[in-house]
Amino acid sequence: MPVQYYIYLALALFSIGIIGVLTRRNAIIVFMCVELMLNAVNLLLVAFSKVHYGAAYLTNKTTDAGIDGQLFVFFIMVVAAAEVSVGLAIIVMLFRNTRSVDINFLNRLKN
Amino acid sequence: MSLLHIFFWFLTALALFSALMVIISKNPVHSVLWLIVVFFAISGHYILMNAQFLAIVNLIVYAGAIMVLFLFVIMLLNLNKQTEPQKHIWLKFSGIIAGGCFLLSVSNVIYNAQNTTLELSKKAVLMGEGNIGLIENLGKKLFTDYVIPFEISSVLFLSAMVGAVVIGKKN
Repeated sequence: MPVQYYIYLALALFSIGIIGVLTRRNAIIVFMCVELMLNAVNLLLVAFSKVHYGAAYLTNKTTDAGIDGQLFVFFIMVVAAAEVSVGLAIIVMLFRNTRSVDINFLNRLKN
Repeated sequence: MSLLHIFFWFLTALALFSALMVIISKNPVHSVLWLIVVFFAISGHYILMNAQFLAIVNLIVYAGAIMVLFLFVIMLLNLNKQTEPQKHIWLKFSGIIAGGCFLLSVSNVIYNAQNTTLELSKKAVLMGEGNIGLIENLGKKLFTDYVIPFEISSVLFLSAMVGAVVIGKKN
């Protein structure tokens, strides 16, 4: 499968995430769009890892070239899990203080 | 057209449609469910590329843990009704324009990179074979070369856990 297909797919998913972040006002949906963008990047990293491995596989059948990309995806997932737990705690705190998850209320942080 | 291509295009269409439904749905619970469909489609892509460990981890961590956390928060805050205040129509329109400009400009760069010295059109993703995505090889690499980042990530988890409890507790 040519790598451009995966690039275009990841790009489309990332752009949908950007549009979601820019057009919605519910903080939880904005947060979910950030997760969507993270997943688009993960997909692209795995595709590039397999491109790198496929090029090295032609000469050496026991190579592990490209395995770093998949480990990066693993670490991105670890960081995303930590990020979601803290972010959702912040959203719950926001709701407790303003009775809403509208991101326009976030400018009250300055007081 | 082989079975691999059929699966690829089906999963691609499923991922894009569900991602659109995530940002179109009015009800946050529906958005969460569509996002789970996106994660399943991406896991299918990982399986097509023979990255089986990441496919399972993606399902367990994202569709299993993170999305359940989102659902719990939505249910606890009682947001599962369509009361979201809408942005002004011009703001929405400009957001769509901005995202579309990003999509167009980057896809133009990718399109022009096909025939440069990068030779993107000759690079292919190795589908369905190769064993770097198997848990044995990833585990060996993770516990030899990447053992320090692995341990640091456990500290990150600990601090995130403490932070979530501190932020979330009633004061």
